[in-house]
Amino acid sequence: MFDNVNGVELTIFVILFVVVSALGFVAARWRRADDLQHLDEWGLGGRNFGAWITWFLLGGDLYTAYTFVAVPALVFGVGALGFFAVPYTIIVYPLVFLVLIRLWSVSHIHGFVTPADFVRARHGSSTLALLVAITGIVATMPYIALQLVGIEAVLKAMGVTGHVPLIVAFAILAAYTYNSGLRAPALIAFVKDTLIYVVIIVAVIVIPYKLGGWGEIFGAAETKFTKSANPNDGVLLGGPAQLQYATLALGSALALFLYPHSVTAVLASRDRNVIKRNMAALPAYSFILGLLALLGFMAIKAGVAPIGSNKATGAPGDANTIVPLLFDKMFPDWFAGIAFAAIGIGALVPAAIMSIAAANLWTRNIYKEYINRDATPKQEAMSSKIASLVVKVGALVAIIALDPQFSIDLQLIGGVIILQTLPAVAIGLYTRWFHRWALIAGWAAGMLVAFITLYQIPQKKFGPGGAITIVKAHFGGNGYPLSKFGFDTKATIYAGIVAILANLIVCAVGTLILRAAKVPDGVDATSPTEYFADQDDPRLRDLPAVVH
Amino acid sequence: MAVYEPADRSVGDGTSRAARSDHSHWNWLLVVPLLLTLYPPLYNHKTPKLFDIPFFYWFQMLVIVVSVTVTLLVYRKSRI
Repeated sequence: MFDNVNGVELTIFVILFVVVSALGFVAARWRRADDLQHLDEWGLGGRNFGAWITWFLLGGDLYTAYTFVAVPALVFGVGALGFFAVPYTIIVYPLVFLVLIRLWSVSHIHGFVTPADFVRARHGSSTLALLVAITGIVATMPYIALQLVGIEAVLKAMGVTGHVPLIVAFAILAAYTYNSGLRAPALIAFVKDTLIYVVIIVAVIVIPYKLGGWGEIFGAAETKFTKSANPNDGVLLGGPAQLQYATLALGSALALFLYPHSVTAVLASRDRNVIKRNMAALPAYSFILGLLALLGFMAIKAGVAPIGSNKATGAPGDANTIVPLLFDKMFPDWFAGIAFAAIGIGALVPAAIMSIAAANLWTRNIYKEYINRDATPKQEAMSSKIASLVVKVGALVAIIALDPQFSIDLQLIGGVIILQTLPAVAIGLYTRWFHRWALIAGWAAGMLVAFITLYQIPQKKFGPGGAITIVKAHFGGNGYPLSKFGFDTKATIYAGIVAILANLIVCAVGTLILRAAKVPDGVDATSPTEYFADQDDPRLRDLPAVVH
Repeated sequence: MAVYEPADRSVGDGTSRAARSDHSHWNWLLVVPLLLTLYPPLYNHKTPKLFDIPFFYWFQMLVIVVSVTVTLLVYRKSRI
């Protein structure tokens, strides 16, 4: 397990990991409520986070460890296409700026904890709420598993192999999440984000300097992609790749704040201004993400070979290891240790929030709705705490017992299916024009299209001389060829966009039919002014009296 | 958080707060970052380079600054 381990790196990694774990446990006492035995306390940190905490929390939540290893890995592999993460995270904030404050207001008046809570009240349909909740849980689970892939990449680069360290790390994470709820990731996010900022800023100054400047770096990338037979890679986007780039950015942006863990962090904020200010301030992370993506090119220039790759056999190896390997190569051991800790801790924050969000969906929309209708706040909190453990064990088993590729495939599907809750949740914040049964039909249509399109996308490998081998027949990517619709082009489109279009069409047509048939609408438990209520509004629910 | 007596509850309904809205002409500014990023032919070029970095990369990094400016402006102008 510890052969060829770099002692200095591992020591610093372990020290920082222990410090952060201690913080996770202490967090239970931070901004302390009288009693953590309430879902508003355990699951939403008291619904009272100010602008700074929210900035660190959302930053730590949305920019995950997996993002930090996978985006540069993608740039390393295909170049410009991997940079989609930048436009994606540029447009997401202006896109959701007005939507999220509405969600915050109506949620605070009614005490909603999950997006499915809102759907239930707005559309008067517990079936639709259940579908939204299940979609959220299914989309979040593999995302948690992928955080483990992030930690694993770092451990591999330090020379630590085997599953035991991974199990230990996750057990500690599970324990303090159970103990402290959302306060734990909120407090740890301060450390995580500070480390990430320091590491990336040092990296983009030191590494290009060592490698002879940006000209050299992009030159090396140019050489690599010119030699490669893949028509989709390059320092710029190939013609057919442009549509894919734009639709992937748009689809990912639309999906981001439909994920339950994003909603959890938003609902934990104190008032509307906290959200508005954060929408303006969060792009600071996008800037870091952009710089990070460029590390992929630096790894090309530095001649980094992914762990497990073999030039003779042509095995690609684990591309996720390139950033840790680059740090290992370019930094002194002590700083590489800090960099690895930043990524490792970076996995803990989102994993904690995601498991809390999934647990809240379970509690509010399945447990309370179908198992124990009269659950007390204390029972709700307990149900969520236990569910958060189950979710983490599930993620761990998925990574250890199954091929991690399974989680990667599921996460790919997850992004597409979470987008199918857009009409019920995001559009629902504006209008109730869509009939509740049409929304259900639209959701089903979107899911069906999502699976069919993703199933049909193979992963290809381009050999010398234009030889194409199919590496994986199904779930090999998210770019659906437009030629399948009869267009004479090589361009591909993000499968999520195809699925959401199908969803919206069915919603609209279904609504017209159901209205004509005079099928009754559900009852709307919300009223128009509630979407603008702020913290000073007397209608706002106070934190329910603490239950002892 | 303050605790409101039930008597306060009537104050909130039907008074000035009910007129609150998120409509503002300034909101249209939020479209600018979308237009700048969602049409790749706009920036899918190598030149002009900045510090030897191709246009494609530094332009999109620059749009982050535009996005922040626009969002801040909308926030300031539409504050109620």
